[in-house]
Amino acid sequence: MYDAGKVYLGLAIFIGIFTFGFYYSHGTAAPQPKPSIDTPEINKMAKKQCVEDTEFMRSSHMKLLVEWRDEALRNGNRTFVNSRGEKIKISLQNTCLKCHSNKKDFCDRCHTYAMTAPYCWDCHIDPNGGKL
Amino acid sequence: MSIDRRKFLKMAGLTALGLSGTGAYELLKPGALEASHGHDAHGSGHGSEAAEDKNRTRWAMLIDMTRCEAADVEKASHACHHAHNVPDMENPKHAIKWLWGETYEGTFPDSHNEYQAHELEHKTFPLMCNHCDKPPCVRVCPTQATFRRPDGIVAMDYHRCIGCRFCMAACPYGSRSFNFVDPRTALKFEDLNKKFPTRYPGAVEKCNFCVERLADGLQPACVEAVPHVFTFGNLADPDSNVRKILRERTSLRRKLELGTKPSVFYLV
Repeated sequence: MYDAGKVYLGLAIFIGIFTFGFYYSHGTAAPQPKPSIDTPEINKMAKKQCVEDTEFMRSSHMKLLVEWRDEALRNGNRTFVNSRGEKIKISLQNTCLKCHSNKKDFCDRCHTYAMTAPYCWDCHIDPNGGKL
Repeated sequence: MSIDRRKFLKMAGLTALGLSGTGAYELLKPGALEASHGHDAHGSGHGSEAAEDKNRTRWAMLIDMTRCEAADVEKASHACHHAHNVPDMENPKHAIKWLWGETYEGTFPDSHNEYQAHELEHKTFPLMCNHCDKPPCVRVCPTQATFRRPDGIVAMDYHRCIGCRFCMAACPYGSRSFNFVDPRTALKFEDLNKKFPTRYPGAVEKCNFCVERLADGLQPACVEAVPHVFTFGNLADPDSNVRKILRERTSLRRKLELGTKPSVFYLV
């Protein structure tokens, strides 16, 4: 093989540059986000619970929100009955954000971590956001 | 295979007959074919005015033009636009209108004449979505973003609107507005109704008969702001407030000849 030294050197440099990102960010993983539930409305509650249990909300809140959306808008039913039998008014702005009045420290923390940008907020307003 | 003239003419005749079959069917039974394909399925069966039923709801708006002044229209429009976070655009081409004022000629172009009573001629008529019984906008919407609820309200699901503006072309009343620019650029957070969302650029919007307020047991915002002009009620119930007034007063509806059956009545 002609110029074997140069070829191997070139390969080594290429692999070095190609894997640079892995070395560089090794051990600096972003810490797991901790959404805050420290809001006046939640602190008032005797038993801190959402419309469904925490595990379900953590994994499936987006599915619940889509169900709520279709139920309220398309079927005209604005009352949701949860698994505990409680009746809850279906509204992102007026129900979810009433307790979770800290969108920045609740919704956004995980969404930023997971690099998702839900388009809810293109239209829906965070009543405590202070700006559009 | 050879074909003689007689055979050719027979086949051509049969083909022509077959091709014109659909047309002939349409001629004999207009609309039957289309209806069977489900094009007419958007709730035109229920909610028509003819059906009387106390248990059914068919919302309608009455506007008393003898008591309506230009300032009342302004007030109602302001209340409506505030309740629904409708921006006040500087460029008239970008204007978003849910409830707005119009001249008599603009409201009833087909019944306008040059010897019109002065009283009517110089009135400002409040216009809004007519929430038709047979809404052409619903018919043309490709995503069913706009649809007719069982209570007669022609609602918008902004989550589904792709901004094709077919509904705007279909609506004979000009009740729909398109967000050419981001409505949030013309809105201030302090002035917003925090209970209602805004829209996104590229969505079509219109009056929703305050469906969100009705769900809370409230009257529409315009009725609340100008109660002596606007009356809201159930058209299906023969004993309702609106039916009582309609029995006693002369009412006009816009462009009735189009067969959309609007549910906004102007009392003159």
